[in-house]
Amino acid sequence: MDLYEYQGRDLFERHGLPVLAGGVATTPEEARAIAERLGGRVVVKAQVKVGGRGKAGGVKLAEGAEETVARATDILGMDIKGHTVHKVMITVTADVAEEYYFSYLLDRANRTFLCIASVAGGMDIEAVAAETPEKVVKAPIDANTGVDEAKAREIVTAAGFPAEVADQIVDVAVGLWQAFVAEDATLVEVNPLATTKDGKLLLLDAKVTLDENAGFRHPDHEALVDQASVDPLEQAAKSKDLNYVKLDGEVGIIGNGAGLVMSTLDVVAYAGERHGGVKPANFLDIGGGASAEVMANGLEIVLSDPSVRSVFVNVFGGITACDAVANGIVQALALLEQRGEKATKPLVVRLDGNNAEEGRAILDGAANPLIQRVDTMDGAAERAAELAAAGV
Amino acid sequence: MAIWLTKDSKVIVQGMTGSEGSKHTRRMLAAGTTVVGGVNPRKAGTTVDFDGAELPVFASVADAMKETGADVTVIFVPPQFTKAAVVEAIDAGIDLAVVITEGVPVHDTAAFWAYNVAQGERTRIIGPNCPGIASPGASNAGIIPADITGSGRIGLVSKSGTLTYQMMYELRDIGFSTCVGIGGDPIIGTTHIDALAAFEADPDTDAIVMIGEIGGDAEERAAEFIKANVTKPVVGYIAGFTAPPGKTMGHAGAIISGSAGTADAKKEALEAVGVKVGKTPTETAKLMREIMSNR
Repeated sequence: MDLYEYQGRDLFERHGLPVLAGGVATTPEEARAIAERLGGRVVVKAQVKVGGRGKAGGVKLAEGAEETVARATDILGMDIKGHTVHKVMITVTADVAEEYYFSYLLDRANRTFLCIASVAGGMDIEAVAAETPEKVVKAPIDANTGVDEAKAREIVTAAGFPAEVADQIVDVAVGLWQAFVAEDATLVEVNPLATTKDGKLLLLDAKVTLDENAGFRHPDHEALVDQASVDPLEQAAKSKDLNYVKLDGEVGIIGNGAGLVMSTLDVVAYAGERHGGVKPANFLDIGGGASAEVMANGLEIVLSDPSVRSVFVNVFGGITACDAVANGIVQALALLEQRGEKATKPLVVRLDGNNAEEGRAILDGAANPLIQRVDTMDGAAERAAELAAAGV
Repeated sequence: MAIWLTKDSKVIVQGMTGSEGSKHTRRMLAAGTTVVGGVNPRKAGTTVDFDGAELPVFASVADAMKETGADVTVIFVPPQFTKAAVVEAIDAGIDLAVVITEGVPVHDTAAFWAYNVAQGERTRIIGPNCPGIASPGASNAGIIPADITGSGRIGLVSKSGTLTYQMMYELRDIGFSTCVGIGGDPIIGTTHIDALAAFEADPDTDAIVMIGEIGGDAEERAAEFIKANVTKPVVGYIAGFTAPPGKTMGHAGAIISGSAGTADAKKEALEAVGVKVGKTPTETAKLMREIMSNR
């Protein structure tokens, strides 16, 4: 889960790291209250999970409450690269002298964590690394020994931070590591990590990603989810423990296992190229041991997407038995009919593997005109795309 | 022969008394795996009946190894306890730990991996969030269905569970030496490269299927490794060509961020070193079929 900047700032503040005083507002009036509390000159920043907001006009300075209200009014509701601004963060300003870069992240290739630090902050670190690699230090961090003062000093020396701020950066490096571990983050990025003209160190931006697998250790992380930006179908799916991602095509997809479903999306997209450019409408993984009930829940979610014109159910029965899947499909259709939401879209079903013959027999026996059985993955994808292209 | 798991492997199950653990212990036994016991400190000294096979429950992995000579453990414990279970297996010095559990926090995986490295990597860890390893006709450690295919001379390594099964099914008439599901998490114990190296060295493997998916650069690194070290033919498949950037597709590792990790980049890297990459699982199987029929 990626956090908004203000959530990251709050998280840093909770862990005792030096950040600018501020608050978050969803209305101009809330912005006024924050500006009055902070006093003087403030910066109003659009809260969107996308880069380049400064260039898009999403970051403005304001002097006093009235100007803050005006700037907040401008920025709230603004569209930045397809993201609507619903919140602005308002902080006091800092008299910046130098801008550095500092982050901890997961290093998949080396199966450990990595610290990236640079004296050239404030800009795109990948560009800095490409053009002046000598200005970027990448230090692997042992997950078990972590970052203590000695390790932090090693990083600070290697990165070539000036002696007068070295002690402060060591403290931030240790504190930020502690926050990274305590919050089960997979990324904490501070760009810029700035010094002020009076020699103070400040974390001026916050990019934080939290590990959803660690949710059981962090009941408080649930509150960080931005419900307003979650797709309603994704939310409904989540409440039923289904792994669903909304996409913008016409062929509903249900499968078992993340890899197989991803593969199904590809196969349908290829088939779609031959059928008017139809595309997958969603990713839905009903999991390894999916029961009839899970199948029914999944079908209900997919069919409730108005852009879906056909559905492709692609199941390889490993642990999942295909007869259970077939029963799930038949029961789900009956259930929807009982609720007065009778399905009208065609279902192409491909069952293979464990108990495939039994499953196919159940589908044939149901004799539901909506269900079409195709026994190969590529063939079924072709059929589902064809039906979606023909459907209205 | 096969890699890492053979008919002589003696398997214990951490979490054998739980619902998933007991279900799959039964299946592993039915597949002919030599399962010799389970581990649960609270139920140590008892036995569990699996259709007539009485399996002892031990207090620790070390006890189980001492009493049974076990050299493989399959871990089914819930995510909260997975790190402790793996560390226990490493401390006991077991050869192979197969971590099936899904949803393990990545800090925990990073910690047990770092611990394993600090101990000299005596233990091979497969997973977490993986279907396990199967050497058809010999042994099966994990949740890969045993009846999809028989033994043969293709080696298979895959990030994804059901895609593994699909590929085994497509090539079931040829058969497999060993199928390894390495899991789709951002940090995993055994990588594509580890499996490629083992298959290259295995006299009973003639060709290798490698299944990857979007996210990270494991496939790109595997391509470099193949160029330098693998002489056997390799066929590849990558899932997620049409996945949009920024959306996580089920596996915690399956997300495209920035320009890295796309299926196209992986395909190009593999093809550049002579690996044939199929567009769909069926096409990939066809490529392998051609290789095997020309031998």
